[in-house]
Amino acid sequence: MSEQEVPSHAKVVVIGAGIVGNCLVGHLARLGWTDMVLLDKGPLPNPGGSTGHASNFIFPVDHNKEMALLGVQSANQYRDVERSVDSGGIEVARTQERMDEFDRRMTSAKAWGVEAELLTPAQVKELVPFINDDVILGGFHCPSVSVVDSLDTGTLFRNEAIEKTGLQVFANTEVLDVETEAEPATGLQKVTAVVTDKGRIEAEYVVVACGVWSNRIAKLAGATIPLVPAVHQMADVGPMDVLAETQSEISYPIVRDMDTFCYERQSSGSMEVGSYAHRPILHHPDDIPSNEEAALSPTEMPFTPDDFDQQMEEAIELMDMLGDAEIKYAINGLLSLTPDAMPCLGETTEVRNLWSAAAVWVKEGPGMAQVVAEWMTYGYPRVIDAHGADIARFYDHERNDEHIWSRAEEHFNKTYGIVHPAEQWENRRNLQVSPLFERQEALDAFFFQARSWERPQWYGSNADLVERYDVAEREVEWDNRWWSPITVGEHLNMRENVGLIDLSAFHNFEISGPGAVEFADFLCVNKIGPVGRATYTPWLTPDGGFHSDLTMHRVADDTVIVVTGVFDGGRDLSWMKKNMPKDGSVTVTDRTLQISTLGLWGPNAPATLAKLTDADLSFDGSPYGSLVKVKLNCGGDEIDATLFRISYVGDTGWEIYVAWDDAPKLWDALMEAGADLGIRPTGGGVYGTSGRIEKGYRLQGAELESEYNPLEAGLARPKVKSANFIGKDAYLKARDAGDPEVLMCTMTVDDQTDSQGRVRWMQGGNEPLCDMEGKTIVDSHGRVSRVTTAGYGPSVAKHVLMGYLPREMAAAGTALQVMFMNEFFPVTVVGTDGPFDPTDSRLKGSR
Amino acid sequence: MRVLVCVKRVPAPGAKINITEDGQSVDATNLGHTMSPHEECALELAVQLIEAHGGESHVLTLGTAEADEQCRWAASIGISKATLVDAGSMDWDPQRTASAITDSIRSIEEADGGFDVMIFGNESADTGGFQVGVRVSRALGRPMVNAIKGVEVDLEADGKGATLEARRETDNGFEVYQLPMPCAIGVKEGITWPRYPTMRGRLASKKLAVDVAVSDAVPGGQMKVRLNRPEEKVSETVILGHGSEAAPAVVELLKELGLMS
Repeated sequence: MSEQEVPSHAKVVVIGAGIVGNCLVGHLARLGWTDMVLLDKGPLPNPGGSTGHASNFIFPVDHNKEMALLGVQSANQYRDVERSVDSGGIEVARTQERMDEFDRRMTSAKAWGVEAELLTPAQVKELVPFINDDVILGGFHCPSVSVVDSLDTGTLFRNEAIEKTGLQVFANTEVLDVETEAEPATGLQKVTAVVTDKGRIEAEYVVVACGVWSNRIAKLAGATIPLVPAVHQMADVGPMDVLAETQSEISYPIVRDMDTFCYERQSSGSMEVGSYAHRPILHHPDDIPSNEEAALSPTEMPFTPDDFDQQMEEAIELMDMLGDAEIKYAINGLLSLTPDAMPCLGETTEVRNLWSAAAVWVKEGPGMAQVVAEWMTYGYPRVIDAHGADIARFYDHERNDEHIWSRAEEHFNKTYGIVHPAEQWENRRNLQVSPLFERQEALDAFFFQARSWERPQWYGSNADLVERYDVAEREVEWDNRWWSPITVGEHLNMRENVGLIDLSAFHNFEISGPGAVEFADFLCVNKIGPVGRATYTPWLTPDGGFHSDLTMHRVADDTVIVVTGVFDGGRDLSWMKKNMPKDGSVTVTDRTLQISTLGLWGPNAPATLAKLTDADLSFDGSPYGSLVKVKLNCGGDEIDATLFRISYVGDTGWEIYVAWDDAPKLWDALMEAGADLGIRPTGGGVYGTSGRIEKGYRLQGAELESEYNPLEAGLARPKVKSANFIGKDAYLKARDAGDPEVLMCTMTVDDQTDSQGRVRWMQGGNEPLCDMEGKTIVDSHGRVSRVTTAGYGPSVAKHVLMGYLPREMAAAGTALQVMFMNEFFPVTVVGTDGPFDPTDSRLKGSR
Repeated sequence: MRVLVCVKRVPAPGAKINITEDGQSVDATNLGHTMSPHEECALELAVQLIEAHGGESHVLTLGTAEADEQCRWAASIGISKATLVDAGSMDWDPQRTASAITDSIRSIEEADGGFDVMIFGNESADTGGFQVGVRVSRALGRPMVNAIKGVEVDLEADGKGATLEARRETDNGFEVYQLPMPCAIGVKEGITWPRYPTMRGRLASKKLAVDVAVSDAVPGGQMKVRLNRPEEKVSETVILGHGSEAAPAVVELLKELGLMS
């Protein structure tokens, strides 16, 4: 190490001066942060990361809310600094399936307020005269597609931070280590310093924003940022007269040739042809050359032409003139891919104050930088709920290279793919299975994977129920995909008899120690009950929105077990560790693999369970919300169980908690006990959707996001507990403000018939809810009314939707429309509860 | 006319060239491959000569099987035939290389007819031996001039038979050589402006049948002991200032360099 050239201390050190790191220091400066240092191992303004060779265009339509809204947000930030041109963009279709997908994209465009239109091939040719309209069926045109200057934008954000706060910038400075110290009470590490080849900087906060190198840098601190550098091939061909004549950077709309996974983007007199169609080519970060070793830049790897030949043929097919243009520049450009195709934002789970702003592309860079800056400032992002990008979402199974690489390989070619909302992964399955997995396989279960966990979605062994209840397949393949009529059969059987649902993927976290109850109360809105009671409660963000929604079980004086869903276990555990007291009064232990949960619900649930125990199972002996410890006789073995009287499917019954290893015995005993009572194994299709939606039960990550508060979600209790809790001030303020502007509602679809006479099924993929004139409904915070969950309610014989509506539209009977596949369908508001059993007589008894 | 171009596959280096641990070769882990700029110009020249005079062009390379990539590159810009002498290595010495190439040229000429012009790059991009072209030409008994930066071909020059006029730059102008064809030249970058392949050219090159030959040429006298990387000259960037405030420092520097008084 040479002499100390960097400051010996800084409040924040941001590593990486690409689009993300630059925008991040800019946003932090705007939010009042000072004493910041920005490092990059390369030279400025182009240090050699992915920003330097990005194709720099933004298509603002995405089905995913976070990606769509942060894309729009980012595009606007580029516009704000005047480093953006609205070139427009057209996605073209070569197949009917893609034309159908364009209907879905029109729907998402409507939801996010993005102007869009469908074009005939002739209309496409009017805008792009050099296109061969014989090979396309039509186009999806977005006039607000923009081309940005990401390097210059980064420089402007960086300069803003220099001017506002005296940000110190060190280019050509390599990070050698990120130091941490142990935090004994929480088991976390805490970041303390960044060691560079120009000296050591003690730092309170360190942000890893170094793109494809991020995981390598995070590992220096013992943290993981699950991403892998992957090749995106592109070639610059030209010059061509028709482009050169425009005498501009870009005058023609960008064309995305969706079915060949390629794009053609004018770049002055040339055309850039880029591809997501070639074989996945992944690199380890250690194999990326240094700036000095690279022929071009480190992330512009040598072009492998064999991988691109097919794309060339297809490009020439679409634009004949490309065939005779010279290939002036061609690279295997590196970008970042994660196991689930979402970015990695937020504080790392392993190291306090070590933040990730990674796996972010140019198209969403400024917006995601804002997310991270707000997160660091306010304890949570404000611009949008970012649970899908939260780095804490990953379980250990998802953080190793084998998983990251396999998943990146699987989804790379889906970059322009048509991805169904319920699409399942092919590879890396069975990473974590329930103790009942073998039994479920024997019952021909069809598994959905929830993060790394396998859960039966329906059971092939229940195929007879389809006939019994006369359930039809859905007419259109898209609606039928990843769905089975068996789910309807399982649902109706549960309502008529009893269903057994494996909930072993529940995540169980034990809070124990003398401060356990106080800490538990600090996390949640509702009051932790006495021993033997469970509390269903939100966890709020500091701003009073939803972080989580779960149950907390007071199992002993000094022990509370947090039970949360499999999609949120990682986020919730990390939240506890980051917020727990540092005085050693509390221990948090992950009991997920020690506790198994079975759900038993339906009118015959009590009779079934009664065969295993003499305990009083009436509403007096096992009241709603209670935890009752019992012994269950399972084939002669007595096993310890806790009965939690609750339901997420609207029927009487229990969540039964037993030791992981006892679950098979309990399963067998319940199946035997219920044999003459109509018991059936019942899948996640009922638990997660049909049973839930009939009751209008909310789901974290769907209905419940940080942008909404409990009053809006209809989950506010009459009183607020005296104890302090995260988000309390904001929550009290929201209560004082009076009636909420929007309310979570359920709706039924009155007529599902489309213009072709087909019965269609909304999927709950953010379909916009519109007034009778077809206008989207947007509240004063800019939040759009959209479908958060959709599902058929077999017991009410209606397709049911959930979504937030302005209070004046929330009344039962209000007539609205939902857009699906670019068509409107009439819906009627049910109210803030679900349409089934409004008095909860099944749940709580008819008293 | 018939034109032959000889090229050599070499790593496309970055600013810093790494050497493998055994000291025997450039570490090409992160590098693509190319040929020297001289040879790119040689290929372009061949294509232009055929465009002007008609006939057939042929690319010949000696190296590993991967040199197929360079044959196809040549085809993608318009070279019509290709021969790859598979040496199984990129390390043959100049004598052995020249001997193998000579043999290969003889057998190509036997089958397809003699070459009117053989074009070599002035020297290879990696070993820079300046030997192979001269050795091959001498073995085949053809005149050769190196360091050529201009060429004109006259197929019917005053009844003297076809001649090639080659120009070599000197400090004060040009040396002009008249070579009776068949002949050979070693060309330097700048003799022409090489084109890039077009997409169609690239796709057409996939269909090229590269003739793969083997050679029984024996090693010559030159041996490689090991490669050394010379000490790097580290240059340091000094920022003199920003905007107009930097002017005095710039003036000071220009004075220091003797560019201002």
